[in-house]
Amino acid sequence: MLLARVVGAAVATQKNEKLHGTKLLLVQPLDLEGRDRGGTVMAIDGVDAGVGDRVLLVQDGKAAMQTLGKGLAGVDAAVIGVVDAVDLPGGGA
Amino acid sequence: MLLARVIGNVVATRKDEALVGSKLLLVQPIDAKRAPVGRPLVAIDGVGAGAGEHVIYLKGREAAHPFLPKDVPTDAAIVGIVDEWHAE
Amino acid sequence: MILGRVVGTVVSTRKDEKLSGAKLLVVRATDPRGKDEAGYVIAVDTVHAGVGDRVLVVSGSSARMASGLKDTPVDAAICGVVDAVDLVD
Repeated sequence: MLLARVVGAAVATQKNEKLHGTKLLLVQPLDLEGRDRGGTVMAIDGVDAGVGDRVLLVQDGKAAMQTLGKGLAGVDAAVIGVVDAVDLPGGGA
Repeated sequence: MLLARVIGNVVATRKDEALVGSKLLLVQPIDAKRAPVGRPLVAIDGVGAGAGEHVIYLKGREAAHPFLPKDVPTDAAIVGIVDEWHAE
Repeated sequence: MILGRVVGTVVSTRKDEKLSGAKLLVVRATDPRGKDEAGYVIAVDTVHAGVGDRVLVVSGSSARMASGLKDTPVDAAICGVVDAVDLVD
């Protein structure tokens, strides 16, 4: 899992039927210093996160499918938690 | 399946129950010309490999398959010791 | 599996219900000698690891084979605390 920030949401009316009723978020993975790390990814929202939230991102298809709970589905990333705090006693080093 | 060289071993007393009794080896992935590729990783030994040997290992979900029906939480497993290979 | 070192913890109250009670740790990847490498991962702890411990991290689908993580939306788990790493050369 990675830390990420929700930077947007996508509306896709026409989508795979297993994704009906699912919110799609645009998230930016972050490094431990809170800087952007790589490009943004689309992820399904499993926890009702919103733009600006710092979240936990899984990038494994089967893990994302567990959030959806509909068996095999065409997803490869999911937001599975909203982060309240990250404690790094040594600053992450 | 990929090639690697065994470069060490890892001792972990406190580990997942399904890993108890497993040998954890540190392997360095190599290319067909024996040059190191990427970072070393830890793999479960399924064949009795040892330090310095060239091995074939599995990566990903399939790495757990050699140990079924036991569910072993591993994403890398050694499934063969390479005696020799030739590559252009 | 990769070697890493626990450098922190993550608190998330609102998370997937299958992760209720799960301990989330921040793990920095290290080389076999314990030197930090680029990158980190947040992994679910299954072996009572703590900050400062050297650990084994399993990724991908295999992470869900760790104790108690079946059918959870997890892609990384700590499945061992490393006592020692012996290198041949």
